[in-house]
Amino acid sequence: MTATMDTRAARNVMLLAAFTLGAVAYASGLIGEILIHGPDIIYLSRQHMVLVAISGSLAIFAAIPIGIWLSRPAMRGVAETAMQVLNVGTTVPTLAILALAMTVLGIGVLPALFALWLSSLLPIVRNTYQGLLSVPRHLIEAAHGMGMRPVQILFRVELPNALFVILAGVRTALAINVGTAPLAFLIGGGGLGELIFTGIDLNEPGMMLAGAIPTALLAVLVDYSIGLISYWLVPRGVNPLR
Amino acid sequence: MIKLENLTKIFDSPSGPVTAADHVNMDVGEGEICVLLGPSGCGKTTTLKMINRLIQPTSGKIIINGKDTDAYDPVELRRTIGYVIQQIGLFPNMTVEENICVVPDLLGWGKAKSRKRAAELLEIINLDPGVFLKRYPKELSGGQQQRIGVARALAADPPVMLMDEPFGAIDPINREVIQDEFLKIQKRLGKAVMFVSHDIDEAVKMAHKVAIFRDGKLEQFDTPDNVLAHPANSFIADFVGGDRTLKRLRLVTAGQALSASAPVVRAEDSLDKAVALMEEHDRECIVMTDAHDAPRGFVRLELIKGRQGKVGDHHSGLLAVVEAQEDLRTVVSLMFTHDVSWLACVDEHGAFKGYLTQQGITHLLGETYRSNTQAAA
Repeated sequence: MTATMDTRAARNVMLLAAFTLGAVAYASGLIGEILIHGPDIIYLSRQHMVLVAISGSLAIFAAIPIGIWLSRPAMRGVAETAMQVLNVGTTVPTLAILALAMTVLGIGVLPALFALWLSSLLPIVRNTYQGLLSVPRHLIEAAHGMGMRPVQILFRVELPNALFVILAGVRTALAINVGTAPLAFLIGGGGLGELIFTGIDLNEPGMMLAGAIPTALLAVLVDYSIGLISYWLVPRGVNPLR
Repeated sequence: MIKLENLTKIFDSPSGPVTAADHVNMDVGEGEICVLLGPSGCGKTTTLKMINRLIQPTSGKIIINGKDTDAYDPVELRRTIGYVIQQIGLFPNMTVEENICVVPDLLGWGKAKSRKRAAELLEIINLDPGVFLKRYPKELSGGQQQRIGVARALAADPPVMLMDEPFGAIDPINREVIQDEFLKIQKRLGKAVMFVSHDIDEAVKMAHKVAIFRDGKLEQFDTPDNVLAHPANSFIADFVGGDRTLKRLRLVTAGQALSASAPVVRAEDSLDKAVALMEEHDRECIVMTDAHDAPRGFVRLELIKGRQGKVGDHHSGLLAVVEAQEDLRTVVSLMFTHDVSWLACVDEHGAFKGYLTQQGITHLLGETYRSNTQAAA
């Protein structure tokens, strides 16, 4: 009860702040300066979303199987080491990954996609692995004892029970992905980074905000949609939100 | 039904091979509950899990229904054996209905048939299908969850049930209730049940046969009464406890311990008749019954001897009566409560059945020792 009241208060404060900022921006003519870039915003947002969608979905399709594979009993010996390596990998800044990708793959969309894919991969692998490991052993024993085959145990017991944690990993990964995608511009990958970095270089706040605000909105939108998906997709019996 | 022949399991451990089960031989028939007992690490759970191949035996045979289980695919085999574990293991992502239907679904029953079965099973375990079918495990109490766990194991009507300390995690009051319910269900369904426990009282209550393990060896395999009355060695004697004869009280019902004769008088009978009856049957007291044969009171020989009148004018009230299907533990407890040496026993309709005396009970419990010494002599 208090938690919901707290969030409601926080939301009201944020709305008020947004309204004030908007009023100030309008008064200083900033909104006009941003809206000049309307066609650019639409074109680059689309490019941005394509970057996120392709790298994000490829990351999901690669990371979940890797996480499942690492959580199998046969992998027990090497899984922890592999996770350590992945954790170290997470600490490498995306900018460095971009630079490395550029040296190997040159400039353009491909190295950008590769770098975004790699940086989204790690949170999903980690959550898939941890989520599957945290499924209680006795559930798996019961499933075995009742005559489920390993694949049936994976799909009917392990994955449904780990799904909430896995989707939390996807959520984190995609939020990072949207926020990192502007860097793609630096190696010729396009996206809203074009407006942000050019705006900074030209010292034009309107242009910069024309890139930054849609990026932020996109991040919120992605986060919200994954939240919605996990609300409806995770079975009610193991869904802490329902 | 289930037959184990020289079943052996040797685990490899860093400190060398460990024998968890050593040439175990057992035989459990249809409708029987066999409780595997012993301290932790004695091999009882290993033995249980070899039956459904969760643990692969090193050597020996498991025969179910006359067929060697080596011939089956372990996964197919498990679907024909009910399995209940201590942690219950209901799948939290599934509703009660989906949980119960797991094995029927694996066996490829139609949806209609398996859902109908789920509702039927909830009726059997005394939970309202309308209320519980669509609930998730987290919305149930521990006792309800374990009932569903049992129902799930019964879903495909397996002839054999394996239960690994199924009621171990339930509070003592609920445990008694669930044990009683399970016994009732078992009486109806007549499965062959293997049941792991570390609780001797539970074993005495549930078992037709008790198997006591130590260090992988089956030390004694016998009826609960024989295990309690004639422990095979000092380990078993210690394990079943110094009060083992008291535990035997639970195995006998009041109806089985009645005195040979059951004379009664009516209120309108004369005291002379009462005295004559008591002297004839060598009794100190006699029960007075009413027109429906229900015991209404009693008269005491020393108080009425030599006096005249009707029984109805001289009787005292009975402090307690006991029903024939109660166990002797209840009977003795009632005797101690009311400081009496005998009780009147009634049938389920309240009609007088006979006398229970302390002497009769000790005599009955001692019988097994006397027949043994005679056999030995």
